[in-house]
Amino acid sequence: MSLELRNVVKRVGGETHIYDTSVSLHDQGFNVLLGTTLAGKTTLMQLMAGLEKPTSGEIWFNGQNVTGVSVQRRNVSVVHQQFINYPSLSVFENIASPLRVAGMKRVEIDNRVHRTAELLRLTPMLKRNPAELSGGQQQRTALARALVKDSDLILLDEPLANLDFKLREELRDELPRLFADRHCTVVYATSEPLEALLLGGHTAAMHEGRITQYGPTAAVYRHPIDETTARVFSDPPINIASLIKSGRQVKLSESVKWDVPAALNDLPDGLYQVGVRPHLITTKPNGRNTVPLTGTVQITELSGSESVIHFAHTDMKWVSQSQGIHALQVGATETFYVNIDGCLYFGADGRLIETPAADAVPQAATA
Amino acid sequence: MNEKAPYQKGWIFVIPVVALVAFNAVIPLMTVVNYSVQETFGNNIFFFEGIKWFQAVLTSDRFHAALGRQLAFTATILAIELPLGVAIALAMPRKGPWLSVCLVLMALPLLIPWNVVGAMWNIFALPDIGLLGKTLNNLSINYNYTQQPAAAWVTLIAMDVWHWTSLVVLLAFAGLSSIPDAYYQAAKIDGASPYAVFRYIQLPKMRRVLTIAVLLRFMDSFMIYTEPFVLTGGGPGNATTLLSIDLVKVALGQFDLGPAAAMSIIYFLIVLLVSWVFYTVMTRKEEA
Amino acid sequence: MSKITLHNLRHSYVPQPAGPDDWALKELNVEWSDGGAYALLGPSGCGKTTLLNIISGLVHPTKGRISFDERNVTDAGPGERNIAQVFQFPVVYDTMTVRQNLEFPLRNRGMPESEIPKRVEEIAEILDLQDMLPRRAAGLTADGKQKISLGRGLVRSDVNAILFDEPLTVIDPHLKWQLRSKLKELHQRIKVTMIYVTHDQIEALTFANTVVVMHEGTVVQIGTPVELFERPQHTFVGHFIGSPGMNVLPCDLVNGAPHVAGQPVKVQTKASPKANGQRLEIGVRPEYVRFADSGVPAKIIKVSDVGRYRVVETRCGEERVNVIVNDDMSLPADGAHLQFEPAFTGLYADGWRVD
Repeated sequence: MSLELRNVVKRVGGETHIYDTSVSLHDQGFNVLLGTTLAGKTTLMQLMAGLEKPTSGEIWFNGQNVTGVSVQRRNVSVVHQQFINYPSLSVFENIASPLRVAGMKRVEIDNRVHRTAELLRLTPMLKRNPAELSGGQQQRTALARALVKDSDLILLDEPLANLDFKLREELRDELPRLFADRHCTVVYATSEPLEALLLGGHTAAMHEGRITQYGPTAAVYRHPIDETTARVFSDPPINIASLIKSGRQVKLSESVKWDVPAALNDLPDGLYQVGVRPHLITTKPNGRNTVPLTGTVQITELSGSESVIHFAHTDMKWVSQSQGIHALQVGATETFYVNIDGCLYFGADGRLIETPAADAVPQAATA
Repeated sequence: MNEKAPYQKGWIFVIPVVALVAFNAVIPLMTVVNYSVQETFGNNIFFFEGIKWFQAVLTSDRFHAALGRQLAFTATILAIELPLGVAIALAMPRKGPWLSVCLVLMALPLLIPWNVVGAMWNIFALPDIGLLGKTLNNLSINYNYTQQPAAAWVTLIAMDVWHWTSLVVLLAFAGLSSIPDAYYQAAKIDGASPYAVFRYIQLPKMRRVLTIAVLLRFMDSFMIYTEPFVLTGGGPGNATTLLSIDLVKVALGQFDLGPAAAMSIIYFLIVLLVSWVFYTVMTRKEEA
Repeated sequence: MSKITLHNLRHSYVPQPAGPDDWALKELNVEWSDGGAYALLGPSGCGKTTLLNIISGLVHPTKGRISFDERNVTDAGPGERNIAQVFQFPVVYDTMTVRQNLEFPLRNRGMPESEIPKRVEEIAEILDLQDMLPRRAAGLTADGKQKISLGRGLVRSDVNAILFDEPLTVIDPHLKWQLRSKLKELHQRIKVTMIYVTHDQIEALTFANTVVVMHEGTVVQIGTPVELFERPQHTFVGHFIGSPGMNVLPCDLVNGAPHVAGQPVKVQTKASPKANGQRLEIGVRPEYVRFADSGVPAKIIKVSDVGRYRVVETRCGEERVNVIVNDDMSLPADGAHLQFEPAFTGLYADGWRVD
């Protein structure tokens, strides 16, 4: 079950929604499309589903060119951000609907619906109407409808975005289990980097109609190919600042300097960009090599178990993220510590400068 | 790639609509256009006459009088039905069992056919036996719609208001019920007076549906035929001879097909023009 | 500005409430001190919006009393209470300009014409709305409109409190933190009592100095963000706050000491716990669990690499225990054991913390 896009372009009117995109998706685990609201995730999914036709390029599925084959004739399931169910049908009938359309036998339908409902913990609700369910249960019903038939391709378009925080956590935890022993390509769109990391699998980072990078999720996170990908794959936002290399030192500002990192060792002096993920900037030194960075606190966001501190150093806004609750006074001057071992360096063209050392190989994500 | 377009047979589905529109709009309209530029003396012999009929109609006193009556009628019923409809909608309960009762009561007049409405009021208002007519005369108000033009007018307007205010009510009510509770709560907290709530929340939120209400009522009232016809047949004299009554008199009474066709086209263009102007003004204001 | 007190407050949407399920709010006694920044945090349906509407006067409580300072306002309408409220969806008066929107509450309350412009400009400046003042409010983006709703609340200098009902729901994620910091800054500038209702822990903890956590119509804990994190008073608070939430494990008493899966566990409690028929559990956050050579035996089920750390899901018997492991630490191969940090391990009886 493999899905491949070959030079797919989508233009609507004069606007290009998807620029020349070629990608071959994996048929095991999740393929996460990660990007902000207008990155083109939904358009790309519609192209994959056959709901939209590419302006040019081809879509291949299992070695067949399916470009222009309508969605009805492909074996595709889609789950949307809004909980879409048939309001007048019971949960049972909702789940059974794709099977009824396919003309399956009654006994078989019964069997399958019950099996899927069990998997999604919907068995007690089978007789109810969608309106009587909570948001989480409604979305589970929509998921069940997508799972009940053996689709070759399952597209999940931000399915958890409209749920309460805790419910989101719960369903996100269940999702990989649901798809574990299925043989199909699963594509999952999200705007949250953390969701991509928790789902694992492969991630395609998207920005303004382009896939900037596609690869194993942890590898994309640790080795973003360029600045854009690093920005897409960081929440809170990654700190990216200009850095001047001169001689044996790199200089961030008059007061913040450190030794030239291995990545820049063989490169000429000049202007580079450094990317520092917020968790590498902490209020207490963390890691072997740190440099202090003083700044004025603008606000502390608390997530319950983590603190995200926005502060200003020189003219730039910085974000630090640390475990535990540290509510710093707004306007106070604080010293933060940057763990320089984890920094990413980018050239003038915005592309990542890889550290030549062998230990840079990403740790494989265990799943 | 394009020869594989998935929906290339889509146009097939449009055929029924095209056929339907052709039969009920385009073909009759073309027939009328055809008549409007020709003269006939019967036997299906036609002569091309150009714009003669249009000139004749536009300069005829008779047409001017009918158009004047029509405009007066439309303006009057709009001026009554809109404020009255909005007021009733505002007074209606927002929820609960009384709401259903009100909605059903409001919907009743809309379910009655035009000619029945005409016949009902015809009898209702008869000065000698009708409930309304008799009561008025017993109160020593001299009222006889078959003889007094003013009485005929009042009856006609009352009939239209009775028949169609409900439509405005239902539309206005739909507009009102789409206003989220938060607006009313915010207004309470802002210390707004009931008038301010109406002026700054309810009226702006009802504007779209009221636009539709005005358009519908305008077009419908321009087309009014059955009621005056059943009531007095356009009389007394020509007092209630509105445009469509005049048109039918010309077309079927005198069999002047050419002038009648020209009249219909002028009549059609007036409705189109006024509706378009009104709609553009209302929506342009919204975007500003 | 004033202190708001709720005395024995209860509310039901049912005319004749009978069982506990009929009460949307069960017996509440809360005191909101003057000038505080509060958050009401809880999942959907926990009664937080009902409570907010009772404070603003939009809903009349079934039982109990509400007072501003010493004045009983239970029967006063929203207009009399001098409360400002910002709703989930922005409410703007479409036909007015931004300026007229901000002037509206002042005009309604009969402020002298000469003072209005000064006050409006002041608020517009705080909210960065100066440039938009002459524009029609209808044409603005959602966050612009929400700022106007906010402005209409702030423009009155005499308000007793400002209430927020999930005000950032319709705001784009990347704009949320800006508005959050704006709100926080505002509170520090004008020192009015503010109550912020939300289901989002980040919004609640970021905004408030004191968070009121609600669950099924009851207040389960009132505390600072640190207290909610370190000493949840109820297992629900532990679960609801933090991601992943607190681990809750059933425990037994052996000679008066709590044991999990046959292993003794040290907990942060002075009282000597007694069994007396209650359901006993220990609660410990994933941040305070670590792998060790001895302790509670557990099996590793799944490891999620979140980038900055790993979330390790383990099973201790049937029970799930999440462990947060930093990047530089290795995981035990098999036969893992868990140790809980005693200072951050609580004992819970029927869900409530035993201190």
